[in-house]
Amino acid sequence: MQLARVIGTVVATVKNDSLEGRKLLVVQSLDANLEPQGKPLVALDAIGAGTGELVFWCRGKEASFPFKREDTPTDCTIVAIVDSDEHVTNGRNRHR
Amino acid sequence: MILARVLGNIVATQKNPRYVGARVMLCQQITPEGEEMGTSVLALDSVDAGEGDVVLIVQEGWSASTAATKEAGAAIDSAIIGVVDRIDLLESEKAR
Repeated sequence: MQLARVIGTVVATVKNDSLEGRKLLVVQSLDANLEPQGKPLVALDAIGAGTGELVFWCRGKEASFPFKREDTPTDCTIVAIVDSDEHVTNGRNRHR
Repeated sequence: MILARVLGNIVATQKNPRYVGARVMLCQQITPEGEEMGTSVLALDSVDAGEGDVVLIVQEGWSASTAATKEAGAAIDSAIIGVVDRIDLLESEKAR
């Protein structure tokens, strides 16, 4: 799983039937210091996340497990919303 | 499996039901020598790992789900499945 910030939404009218009603969000993965890491990705939302929120996402085949798993084509799904930036404990930053 | 150091943990109240009761650990991938490399990752704890520990992380869904929740089929792609006591390397490998 990877920490990420939701930085936008995606609207797609023509899509796979099983994605009907699902929310597509643009996520920017973050490192342990909450700095951007890698390129933005499009993730399917399984938890009700919104723009600006700190979340984490699951990759690969497991990304379809929150949905009807044989049907839902996703390899990147938001599975949790982090309570706040302060709820990310990083021991390295304790003395900053 | 990858080697990583545990940096801390993440608190998320709103999450996929399969994550309830699990500890989500913030980890940094390291080389066998202990140097940081690659990206930071999140993994569910299955061995009571703590901050500062060098751990083994499995990044395969079935194994990770089973280790962390005792059941396969969860939207979990990484789990901590061991705390490393020591790593012995060939002298010739260390020099590289």
